[in-house]
Amino acid sequence: MSKEHDHGMTIIVKTVTRLTVGLIFLYGIYIILHGHLTPGGGFAGGVIVALSFINLDLAFGGKVSAKIFSRGSTSVIEAFGGIMFLALALLGLRWGGFFDNFLHPDGEPGMLISAGIIPLENIAISLKVGAGLFAIFLTLITLQKFESEKK
Amino acid sequence: MDAYLPYILCLVLFCIGIYAVISKRNIIKIIIGVIIAEYAVNLFLILVAYRAGGRSPIFSSTQEILPEAMVDPLPHALVLTSIVIGLATTAFLIALAVRLYGKYGTFDISRMRELRG
Amino acid sequence: MIELYVLLGLMIAGSLIAIEVKNLLSAVIAVGVVGLGLSIVFLLLKAPDVALTQIVVEIVAVILLIRATLNRDIAMKYCGRRPFGAIMGILFTGFVFVIALITFKDGLNLFGAPLMTVSQFYPQNAIEGTGAMNVVSAIILDYRAYDTLGEATVLFTAVVGVLTVMRSPGKKKEEDLQDSK
Repeated sequence: MSKEHDHGMTIIVKTVTRLTVGLIFLYGIYIILHGHLTPGGGFAGGVIVALSFINLDLAFGGKVSAKIFSRGSTSVIEAFGGIMFLALALLGLRWGGFFDNFLHPDGEPGMLISAGIIPLENIAISLKVGAGLFAIFLTLITLQKFESEKK
Repeated sequence: MDAYLPYILCLVLFCIGIYAVISKRNIIKIIIGVIIAEYAVNLFLILVAYRAGGRSPIFSSTQEILPEAMVDPLPHALVLTSIVIGLATTAFLIALAVRLYGKYGTFDISRMRELRG
Repeated sequence: MIELYVLLGLMIAGSLIAIEVKNLLSAVIAVGVVGLGLSIVFLLLKAPDVALTQIVVEIVAVILLIRATLNRDIAMKYCGRRPFGAIMGILFTGFVFVIALITFKDGLNLFGAPLMTVSQFYPQNAIEGTGAMNVVSAIILDYRAYDTLGEATVLFTAVVGVLTVMRSPGKKKEEDLQDSK
């Protein structure tokens, strides 16, 4: 089990993953950045970005995805997302109140740069959700490896 | 009665989940029951928000959409957070189940009770 | 709305299969059927945000469940139902069903006619107030951002809980426990 996990799946899965994983990642970024215009937003986009890394981990084994994104860096990114969200909330105190939309009239409604702090909050939420889910996934996988090594 | 039929089908789904939680012995089956009950609750909130012939709560820059024609957007926002929280709690339940399997070597909760003794 | 009833029937059948089939892998796949059907139901009920989130969350949940149950003694060992638990389950579920039916009759709005007394404020003021075209996004990140902050806290607590539960057990601690006994 351990050896199998290190080497990943067959060459067909690896090739298809190499072709598609970038597109999945890009789609997640698109969903996050257009969250205030189209369906989607930070929650769905964050889970899609986490899914692209889960796809890498399942296809190529733990070592390849650990090179890009280790367990320590997931903790750092999740904490960064939480602090960014809270900092945006606290910055609103300067202009009116907690979670005040202090950037609001900044563009035509319907354009990409509009809606004040909502895109920034989408990015913060997506970092938090994606990194948290990927940390959960890595933890469950790593313990399985630990158990099979013990046997 | 016809106007309540979707609610009743959703209630049947919820009752199936509750029945699985109460009567099953396998931990994975209990987790599946929790997941199904959670889906039923999310579905119920979205069903309450539906307006017959309504539109999605998204404005368009090329098309005039009246706010009066939209479905209720507030339950959508609350269910959106509820789904992600449900995934996190499901992951926590799976972690507990894997831990219990590592300790007792089985998913059967009645045998775990015997082993504790 | 005949397609809504067909999909709800599919979901009920899928959940019955999920809780009654003996092979755990088949049960997890049946849960996947229920979740994907739920996503299409959300789309029919004009909730595209919720449908998108549901479809990706369902995939992650099925992956986690399969990784947890695969390579263990899944299919072969029969974990039956508890006879007393089955009777109590049917009684309690029937009780919940009857109480909920009475409550539906009294206080619920008809299907297709929502109560908009509070939430008609959001579609009418979303563009002027926040500039966001997506009203759901405007609600979760502007009008009700406190809820999202609480959600982030719950998610953080769940991640910390998973990391704590799955931490590899230290040998030293077990020796300490045996010494203290």
